[in-house]
Amino acid sequence: MAAKALKANRLSDGEAVWLSRTGIWETRVTLARVEEDADGIAALEDAARTATADCIVVDAELIDMEIRDGAPVPSKLKERIRALGPTVRLDLGKQAEPESRLGKVA
Amino acid sequence: MYRYDEFDATLVRERVSQFRGQVARRVAGELTEDEFKPLRLMNGLYLQIHAYMLRVAIPYGTFDARQMRKLAHIARVYDKGYGHFTTRQNIQFNWIKLDETPDILDELADVEMHAIQTSGNCIRNTTADPYAGAAVDEVEDPRAWAEIIRQWSSFHPEFSFLPRKFKIAVTGATHDRAAVRVHDIGLIAKKNEAGEIGFEVMVGGGQGRTPMIAKTIRDFVPRDHLLSYLEAVLRVYNMLGRRDNKYKARIKILVHEVGVEEIRSLVEAEWEAMQKETSVDLPTAERDRIASYFSAPAFEVLADTDRGFEARRFEDRDFAAWVRSNVKPHRQTGYAIVDISLKPTGGIPGDITADQMDTVADIADAFAVGSEIRATYQQNLVLPHVKLSDLPAVYDRLKAAELATGNIGLAGDIIACPGLDYCNLANARSIPIAQRISERFADLNRQFDIGPLEIKISGCINACGHHHVGHIGILGVDRKGEEHYQLTLGGRADEAAAIGRITGPGFSYDGIIDAVETVVETYLAIRANPEERFIDTLDRVGQDPFKERLYGAKAA
Repeated sequence: MAAKALKANRLSDGEAVWLSRTGIWETRVTLARVEEDADGIAALEDAARTATADCIVVDAELIDMEIRDGAPVPSKLKERIRALGPTVRLDLGKQAEPESRLGKVA
Repeated sequence: MYRYDEFDATLVRERVSQFRGQVARRVAGELTEDEFKPLRLMNGLYLQIHAYMLRVAIPYGTFDARQMRKLAHIARVYDKGYGHFTTRQNIQFNWIKLDETPDILDELADVEMHAIQTSGNCIRNTTADPYAGAAVDEVEDPRAWAEIIRQWSSFHPEFSFLPRKFKIAVTGATHDRAAVRVHDIGLIAKKNEAGEIGFEVMVGGGQGRTPMIAKTIRDFVPRDHLLSYLEAVLRVYNMLGRRDNKYKARIKILVHEVGVEEIRSLVEAEWEAMQKETSVDLPTAERDRIASYFSAPAFEVLADTDRGFEARRFEDRDFAAWVRSNVKPHRQTGYAIVDISLKPTGGIPGDITADQMDTVADIADAFAVGSEIRATYQQNLVLPHVKLSDLPAVYDRLKAAELATGNIGLAGDIIACPGLDYCNLANARSIPIAQRISERFADLNRQFDIGPLEIKISGCINACGHHHVGHIGILGVDRKGEEHYQLTLGGRADEAAAIGRITGPGFSYDGIIDAVETVVETYLAIRANPEERFIDTLDRVGQDPFKERLYGAKAA
């Protein structure tokens, strides 16, 4: 089974977020909770339903993940772009933010 | 330019107020996303990869310096300092926050702008010839009619939940600069033998996954009956358009499946029946009132040339090149139309910074009659009325703002959708393809040698980048997780509109740039003479010589 993480957009401002291991919606994909077995993935799906119902996030979806150099990385280009920012504007998006500016949701 | 009356102003303010309440209820959890999504879309608010995206309407591409400054302000305060002009003469902001959107809409209302009907299954912003009121080949100014259509279609209760989105384009000139033949309804103003103004009505054009060229269903609708005829078309579509499959819901599919003769017959019958009801057609006085906003400005009486302008053109090669590509003849002696390219070499097509917006506004105030600005579907801007004597100053100011790229209509003037860098629907990136092609053809002398060439790039089959009607069209697809690009040749969006045909197997992210250059080099090698345009060479010889160069022996 492919490794999965849960991505979403924060409802209030649309910021791309990922569910973290601590249950917090983080703005950095490197902090995403990655699950590989059926129970873990089911837990992610439960979290998606709850956070959506609580109006914390919108468009919550499971995405395929890979571990590269010990860090979780989205498998698909679209999700890597979501995680970093536009490839044509390296000054924008998360790729432009200092690591200290970790945003948290809920 | 049209100015809001009290009804327009009230309508827009009320809509902002309604949306503010809807946002509050959504954030408070009183509305689900399923309930809220159609409401935000009707206010132009999408959710994209990185954030919400707000699409602001620029009705028929016409706005002014005051409105441009407001767009700059919104870019600075609510976004990340820039905006993106689209292929439907609108502007998009890519980094919008939901909870700030009502404030943005309030700010837009301050300058008679809004985002109403820039999304959703309704009649979208009507597009028009960006040279309206200035073009030498114009029969009728399309802006008054586009404004009449805007008023008729805004919040039209019968047409707010159509089977699918519906786009109307209108031109009043012989040369089609509004791509009317690839719209759900395309309108061309013309004169009949009696000298009366009316419209040729074409229906069922469009791009997307099933590209179609619109068919004429009536060669001449008297202008006084335009609205009722449009209403008849919309009624037929609303009744018969498919709602079971969104990919088959556009009117082009209905026209294709039912046949143009049957559609014509249904529309004519509906129209005839409508004549017996209270007509939606405007009283002449109201039509004239709206048209009066678009009457010709008070042009000065000027000579047909200007000594300072001619001297600068003689002395300054760069200025002369810019004039050659970006300055067009004006119907008023002593004036010119100025195209402002938003396609700097290696830049992002259609993107403009807040500072550049302010610069354009300043230039419009200083040199453009009425401070008017136009947006084009090619993702550029236009100053429609500039005195020849002011062209050197306009050029200098544009150049200082990095807005004087002289490539309008040339290889560097590439249309590209936002693609996978921003768009949730995209399968592949468009912008970096455009940037690398632009860099490959950076030499303006080479671009002039190549001549008129329209390269258009879409990141998915929805075709926002108009690839179907590019002389060279590029469609990004996802092939087993890799970006891959199909190449089409021979599309065009003008009065000889045609859908491009795929050359053969697609190309990789890197390979597509070489493929485009191969096509261009093939053209240069086989054109009959330097005056034969790319599209004409292609018409003359067909795709085979290009395929042979692209694919070698495999082409056969």
